[in-house]
Amino acid sequence: MSDGNEQSAADPDLIDELLAGKHRALARVITKIENRSPGYRELVSRLHEHTGNAQVIGITGSPGAGKSTLVDKMANAYREQGLTVGVIAIDPSSPFTGGAVLGDRIRMASNVGDMDVFFRSMSARGSLGGLSTATTDAVKALDAFGKDRIIVETVGAGQNEVDIVRTADTVAVLVPPSSGDDVQMLKAGILEIGDLFLVNKADLDGANRTVMELQEMVRMREDSPRFDPGHHGASAAPDAANNGADGGEDDWEPPVLEAVAKTGEGVEGFLDTLDSHHEWLERTGKLDQLARERYAEEIRALLREDVNRLVGEELRNRGGIESYVDSVLARETDPYAVADELLAPLAECVEERREE
Amino acid sequence: MSADGEQEQRTIRCLVAKVGLDGHDRGAHVIARAFRDAGFEVIYSGLHKSPDEIVQAAVQEDVDVLGISILSGAHNTLVPKILDGLREYDAYEDTLVIVGGIVPEDDRATLKEAGVAEIFGPGATMDETIEFVRANVRERE
Repeated sequence: MSDGNEQSAADPDLIDELLAGKHRALARVITKIENRSPGYRELVSRLHEHTGNAQVIGITGSPGAGKSTLVDKMANAYREQGLTVGVIAIDPSSPFTGGAVLGDRIRMASNVGDMDVFFRSMSARGSLGGLSTATTDAVKALDAFGKDRIIVETVGAGQNEVDIVRTADTVAVLVPPSSGDDVQMLKAGILEIGDLFLVNKADLDGANRTVMELQEMVRMREDSPRFDPGHHGASAAPDAANNGADGGEDDWEPPVLEAVAKTGEGVEGFLDTLDSHHEWLERTGKLDQLARERYAEEIRALLREDVNRLVGEELRNRGGIESYVDSVLARETDPYAVADELLAPLAECVEERREE
Repeated sequence: MSADGEQEQRTIRCLVAKVGLDGHDRGAHVIARAFRDAGFEVIYSGLHKSPDEIVQAAVQEDVDVLGISILSGAHNTLVPKILDGLREYDAYEDTLVIVGGIVPEDDRATLKEAGVAEIFGPGATMDETIEFVRANVRERE
């Protein structure tokens, strides 16, 4: 059987099965997305028209903040409302062996045997990069499958994670009670993407202080005139008289909530706030704007990857990068000239086609 | 290297599962770490899981290997339940099911007949187990 035949014979069934609600097909599609198996792009293409119905929620926070426990309680609460749930939990993998132990599943105790909670662990797979692409595509698979709520859970450290949570409509940042140093750390990157903050383990000492510190930081962020909130956040600084999260007409000031995920305390209020954020997104047209920005970014990312691959092939055809490096080292040519030389035929080709 | 971004990156995924009323998870932890060090992605179930939970996890995570650790002696009831569950979701065909723990000689044949690929008792080495997984993991289309 040739490669091409195999793909076109097998994959249409897989998508049909996924759309028909077969769990195994959904699981297999996500595997193909993760592995970047031959034909995975076609799969994701076909999924697209069936997406756009799920609410996507990103949960991030430092290790030990209680993300998995919270996600478990969230899934349980959504199920009680009659909603179906998809969860993607991302764990870092070992950079040395590529192996990983994905332990988030252990906490999913409230949803035992309930197949309408589809929980999938993904590892960051070290050097691969492109994890945000894989996450976006996996979210599409869950969305097309018909999940009402999709939760993306990830450790909040580094650009990779920030990119991942950008696939979500609403981003919640989980913060454990602490001496304040952790909150300081949050300033770098995570604070900007939070649509709401949840101080978990609020029964522990120091929770009040953490709440206050977060509130202060949120206010500073909102008041900063130079700050560009990007995807998530208000487009203008709120009026001083108009500072409530729900009271403002057009602005969303990220609320700081408290919860004890382990006992379920505060989880309901948290979910209500998620819902009101989503309502706000819809009311203000920000939801559409978010989708537009996401698709634009997705197209750009794919283009970067594809062009990169194209150039890589061209480089291999011409004998690989080493011979160019040799010439550069020998001062026969320079990196700019090499780049120009390699790209010239591509640029010419594109120009010719454009004029047609 | 970056130019190879589109190439398939197959990683062996395993579920290491503790099933039933058996609190001895030392062996499961050791094998989970050994699998990880071998470059596998390991999902650990945690203790006291029911066969249904194991099936749910194996199906959703689309694992290549399901390693069931049982030291309670209840393998004859629990393992067939898991195998039936996998079949129900069309997941049995491409999941390699192995059992670790204490299984009396007489029960081994029964379990293998039911669909377990191999049983690793006391004395089996990590290398042996990892080699077996690498050699027998099911091909997927």
